[in-house]
Amino acid sequence: MLQDYYIPKSIADTLALLKDNNGRARIIAGGTDLVLDHQAEKITADAFIDISNIDELKKIECSDGYISIGAAVTHNQVARSQLIQEHAIALAQAARAVGSLQIRNIATVVGNVVNAQPAADTAVALVALGAEAEINSFSEVEYVPVEDMYAGLGKSTVDSTSQLVTRIRFAVPERNQGTAFVRLCQRKALALPMLCVAAMVSLKDDKFEWVRLVMAPVGPKPIRAAKAEEMLKGSPVTDEVIEKAAQLALENANPRSSLVRGSREYRMGVLPVLIKRALVAAVAQAK
Amino acid sequence: MSLKMLKFTLNGEPMEVPVSPSDMLVDVLRDKLELTGTKKGCGEGECGACTVIMNGKAVASCLVPALKAMGAEVETVEGVAKEKAHPVQEAFMDLGAVQCGFCIPGMIMSSKALLDENPKPSKEEIREAISGNICRCTGYVKIEKAVEAAAQKLQERG
Repeated sequence: MLQDYYIPKSIADTLALLKDNNGRARIIAGGTDLVLDHQAEKITADAFIDISNIDELKKIECSDGYISIGAAVTHNQVARSQLIQEHAIALAQAARAVGSLQIRNIATVVGNVVNAQPAADTAVALVALGAEAEINSFSEVEYVPVEDMYAGLGKSTVDSTSQLVTRIRFAVPERNQGTAFVRLCQRKALALPMLCVAAMVSLKDDKFEWVRLVMAPVGPKPIRAAKAEEMLKGSPVTDEVIEKAAQLALENANPRSSLVRGSREYRMGVLPVLIKRALVAAVAQAK
Repeated sequence: MSLKMLKFTLNGEPMEVPVSPSDMLVDVLRDKLELTGTKKGCGEGECGACTVIMNGKAVASCLVPALKAMGAEVETVEGVAKEKAHPVQEAFMDLGAVQCGFCIPGMIMSSKALLDENPKPSKEEIREAISGNICRCTGYVKIEKAVEAAAQKLQERG
């Protein structure tokens, strides 16, 4: 049973509340996963600190070459943001795929990352975008790549009883760069992904300069198709190369058979198709 | 553990109700305020039966801690009709979009949230708006048609 529900108006007040409560209070933004985990006693908290009323955290901004998404920004805001649709379509598509409209109206993208589920759609897209999180503790602010925010299956490196993620940011993609997000799921809404893939490509002279290729759930966190990325670097942009990359991606993928996600065999069979689709779409976006 | 006073606007009227920090909005609406139009189908945000409109957005009230509604504007199905039924309610009735009725308050709120923001929704937009509301009876076709008809009626009214 919660003893307290705080509604601070500023980041400073939030950090003070975290400090004063000494580990018994936990940050809540949208809370759509958190309230259920708390009710099921999977996580403990004597109090919640609700950050959804802090104006500074509700912004999607573009400045100094970065696009940043505040901790109180909802999935729906990201999905509908013209800025995100124009510059980072993969993230808009990923945000749009989560849950249902009701959930997207309250659940936050930063929360989706901190909740650390292995195939959190927006986290997969953000890893492809090379995003990092701004994490506030009492004494310091640090920047951690989203890719490095996983401490284990379902566990974030962020301790929400003593730290506040204020925003997640990524460099604005250049004109020769494109992104894409592809998802395989059983229904068009209220469905977890059986597989999701996000790709970011950087092209130069009809060759791949570099690629970030992220797939999930094929491991305890969003997984980079490292062998495929290595092969793509410097390779010409052709169907054969993309097909080869799609097959190479399997070498970094290790999905389990699961009632929720589908069998390992099926998903290993389908993964190359999704990788190919993501690469083709990202390339089209870059040109 | 002390009760806190939740102050918010409910169906256009100021409301104050003491709640515990663990209370969810759906339970406060149904049990403390006796507004049982909002239904509890799953308690997990997976069915949409508990949909209410908060600050203009459709949300699953079973996932909203009651205190999160502090200072918010909340609309429930009880507030949709004013002097007479809202076009969305009329359309649902006229077109036979209601069978057992359990999903309907949630469907009405999702539809109203859509039409309040987007008076000329496409079929795709209607489907997305109700994609978080599950119906066991109707197969959704008449519900979708009812929302289209309601949009039409609202436009004719001007």
